Amino acid sequence: MNFSIKDSRPIWQQLTEQLRQRIVTGVYPPGSRFPSVRELASEAGVNPNTMQRAMGQLETDGLVTTNRTQGRTVTRDTEVLEAMRRSLARARTQEYLQEMQALGLEAAAAAELVREEGEKI
Amino acid sequence: MSEILVECRALRRSFGSVQALRGVDLKLEPGKIVGLLGPNGSGKTTLIKILNGLLQPSSGEVRIDGRAPGVDTKELVSYLPDREYFPDWMRVSDALDFFQDFYADFDRARAEEMCRALELEQGRSIKTLSKGMREKLQLLLVMSRQARLYLLDEPIAGVDPAARDYILHTILTNYNPQGTVLISTHLISDVEQVLDEAVFLREGEVVLHEAVDSIRERTGQSVDSLFREMFRTGGREGGERNDR
Repeated sequence: MNFSIKDSRPIWQQLTEQLRQRIVTGVYPPGSRFPSVRELASEAGVNPNTMQRAMGQLETDGLVTTNRTQGRTVTRDTEVLEAMRRSLARARTQEYLQEMQALGLEAAAAAELVREEGEKI
Repeated sequence: MSEILVECRALRRSFGSVQALRGVDLKLEPGKIVGLLGPNGSGKTTLIKILNGLLQPSSGEVRIDGRAPGVDTKELVSYLPDREYFPDWMRVSDALDFFQDFYADFDRARAEEMCRALELEQGRSIKTLSKGMREKLQLLLVMSRQARLYLLDEPIAGVDPAARDYILHTILTNYNPQGTVLISTHLISDVEQVLDEAVFLREGEVVLHEAVDSIRERTGQSVDSLFREMFRTGGREGGERNDR
């Protein structure tokens, strides 16, 4: 999965979202070393100060902790990780419902569709 | 180290009856990557040439780390011109020697490493290289200095997307983090994500100087689309690089 800056919102917010996604999906496993600002900025092709700001948000989220000696590590706190997973899922669900509403489907009708499609998986 | 690395006050420059700069006020802090953005003919190259001492202002003041541009500031400033300047007789190794002789902050090992990564042999005659390769060589030499101020004039004009990625990556991974990088371009969408700040130049005046994410937050637009909006009327049509 590559970083992509695709819309007009602040770049640091888009990077934060994509890093959160990587953490909850285990790209960077709990307790592992988190890459440095320079590494990530280079990978994403973005300004290091912008990546630094995204990292600051991850620390505020509690997803990443900084220790003086080893740099940054991904949290082992499963509650924090689970809460972030729910929060990401909730945001996607809201986007989905907005799209359904634009198509003329109320939430209940959309939920019915989700259940039907879910049974096929 | 002063807090302001570059300061321009009421900077003017005319060429005959043409006013290229009409009173530029600009302050740049250390540690930033700044885009100098404007259509062709807006004064980008004139400003860069004044900052590195190749042109004298008609009036106004310029200070680089508190000093007027000149012999004293050459050691602080690493400049990529908007054209090629290697003489025909030079081999790659001659260009490396040349930089090593002139600049105490030139990191030859780093430059050689970048040449290897490009599979650019040091014995090659520069005139036999492709245009794209000559541009990459010129950039890697400039970025191999530990300078305080990098002045990059149109580093991505007229190159293919892969070369553009290479150039931006080279800038990001090699600039001195305590230094400032000033990149002039009219290809904004390509550089937007590497910039801290954007400076919009229109007809020789600074019309905007703001952090990229602050522009996005404030206007809900990318810098590229804000630029298109601001320069749609009144601005000249941009051709492909016709700066003076």
